[in-house]
Amino acid sequence: MRHLLSAADLTLAEATSILDVAAEMADVQRRPVKKLPTLRGRTIVNIFFEDSTRTRTSFEIAGKWLSADTINVSAKGSSVSKGESLRDTMLTLDAMGVDCFVIRHASSGAADQVASWVRAQVVNAGDGQHEHPTQALLDAYAMRAHFRKIGSTDTSGGFAGKKIAIVGDLLHSRVVRSNVLLQRTLGGEVTLVAPPTLLPTGVETWGCPVTSDFDEALADADIVMMLRVQRERMAGGFFPTEREYAEAYGLTEERLAALKPGAAICHPGPMNRGVEISSAAADAANSLVLEQVAAGVAVRMSVLYHLLGSNEGAMK
Amino acid sequence: MSLLITGATLADGTRGDLYVADGRLADPASAPAGVERIDADGLLALPGLVDLHTHLRQPGREDAETVASGTAAAARGGYTCVHAMANTNPVTDTAEAAEYIHSLGGSDGHCEVRVVGAVTKGLAGEELAELGLMHASAAGVTVFSDDGRCVDDSLLMRRALSYVKAFDGVVAQHSQDPRLAGPGACCHESEWSGRLGLPGWPAQAESVIVARDVQLAELTDSRVHVCHVSTAESVDVVRWAKKRGIKVTAEATPHHLLLDTPLVAGYDTTFKVNPPLRTSEHLAAVREALADGTIDIVGTDHAPHARQDKDHPFDVALPGMLGLEQALAVVIDVMVNSGRMDWPTLVERMSHAPARIGKVAGQGRPLAVGEPANLVLVDPSARATVDRDASRSRARNNPYHGLDLPDPVVATIWNGRVTYQR
Repeated sequence: MRHLLSAADLTLAEATSILDVAAEMADVQRRPVKKLPTLRGRTIVNIFFEDSTRTRTSFEIAGKWLSADTINVSAKGSSVSKGESLRDTMLTLDAMGVDCFVIRHASSGAADQVASWVRAQVVNAGDGQHEHPTQALLDAYAMRAHFRKIGSTDTSGGFAGKKIAIVGDLLHSRVVRSNVLLQRTLGGEVTLVAPPTLLPTGVETWGCPVTSDFDEALADADIVMMLRVQRERMAGGFFPTEREYAEAYGLTEERLAALKPGAAICHPGPMNRGVEISSAAADAANSLVLEQVAAGVAVRMSVLYHLLGSNEGAMK
Repeated sequence: MSLLITGATLADGTRGDLYVADGRLADPASAPAGVERIDADGLLALPGLVDLHTHLRQPGREDAETVASGTAAAARGGYTCVHAMANTNPVTDTAEAAEYIHSLGGSDGHCEVRVVGAVTKGLAGEELAELGLMHASAAGVTVFSDDGRCVDDSLLMRRALSYVKAFDGVVAQHSQDPRLAGPGACCHESEWSGRLGLPGWPAQAESVIVARDVQLAELTDSRVHVCHVSTAESVDVVRWAKKRGIKVTAEATPHHLLLDTPLVAGYDTTFKVNPPLRTSEHLAAVREALADGTIDIVGTDHAPHARQDKDHPFDVALPGMLGLEQALAVVIDVMVNSGRMDWPTLVERMSHAPARIGKVAGQGRPLAVGEPANLVLVDPSARATVDRDASRSRARNNPYHGLDLPDPVVATIWNGRVTYQR
């Protein structure tokens, strides 16, 4: 595989290999000297047209621990406001001999477009409301680790038959699209929960049950993944008040108590405590939020390794 | 100059010679021996095509298109008349601006250039432009449009419709509810917008405006023209309005007849257009409506853009695609070759009716002795692969690039002058 643009690009073998290698990378992280020589001499440019401290930092650390030369370019607002097209911006950097772009952009499809223009390999670090494949991979990593911890011995990953409820602003979420596509490959059974105003058009064709009844979906979920509700959605009139939203779609203390034994909580962050997730749920023993963040570095190391680790790209 | 076209077949199937002399069609028997000839055996001779919806980009964006390059593309496509939309820079919202474009047409045009005036000053949708002065100017503006933007204020639309009655003008509306389909909306709201994460533009954002406008046309007893009908719902509304006797005419673009939503799946901004490419059920409704006359005309919405304005992310890139050179090809393939429409109906939709709506004397006329010599010679069986680089337009945002389509135009003659010949 030349690029990672969509979670749908991954076969089961590729996705499993990324998770397995990520586990090895996580072991390395526990050593005093964390650096591996794998990508020595390779140049990775993290180009972020949209702010994201956690994703950018996580990719930067991942590249550095693999000994790649990692350069961060904050390009927020640069392109259009200076009159330069996205294509010109990317071709300029590409001409400097970059091996890989890690790109974050507020516009859906930006990573696909860039991949069609440049010579370098491209990792999509989030494009608009479209996809965020490495987030779905790190979510899967954290979930798999949780399943194993509570006793799963399924070597293929343990997703088969597991029920994953994804709750919240599905309409504007790139995280949900990548998770649905990745779980289609891994075998998890996703249920989507949102008020009708925050459901993407055509969601009924995504191959997962869709409901506006969180309590029903909660009852048999193995994983409850809460999505961030952005404050600006309020202005869009998608729901009346934060209070009403939290009541119907928030992981409240009551709903936390209603989770079935062994169920765990995910959130891609940053969290709006008191809106989509209560502090009790965010800080609960079965919350995987920090495991997700920790998994971010290992999974991104693994992705970079799979894409750049051999001359041809290990995932061909 | 004079020219004898021999053995041409007319749209109605009759065969004969056409003699062009002094800009008009004359009796072939009067052609002198040794006159220049075109052998039109096997070719159709049709009245020159008339486009009610063209963006020529001059003044303001001469890097994307000029009156010269745009009308050269028109001639290549079989057109002898285009209507230059008002959303130039400066906007065509005064008599002086209209006369400037009118004179550019006279000096640089490879076909007749009719000027479309803005409905509102600066296309701002707030106060009426000088509609009457534009009409009274040398440009003789009859069609008014804020195209690119919708006149969304109901009262202003009512006033515009009412005001242009004084000189039998027509308001050509870009039907888009700006709240239902906001500035970010760039993809037909559908399964595709949902998957691709592109802000959606629901079909109803068009039809609610069409429904309002036909009722305002009824209220004012004035003429409204619906630009680029793209949805089944709009077709239903127009059909209802026509049945009621409301003075509404409607237009379909070549791209809304042929191209559908899945083309945007690769985020290729060539396929970004407003209204957006719709799904197959809408295409079917638009085709049927064009065949049965609910939709009166084909208008190209030829919208050239410079490359740098398309090399942005999908939601930021400018909307619009070329149309003049391939419009006839698309209509032949989608409507005639499929058996939906015969040649006389094609001529009605692409020449007679647009000339009537725009009240263009001397265009859209039958090919008869004494009439202005505006015609196109068509080879109905020729096909070719579209090459965007072979365009006469300055722009390259051609959505048909790489498609195998009819390549019908053999020659175009405007006022007796050959403006294109293969």
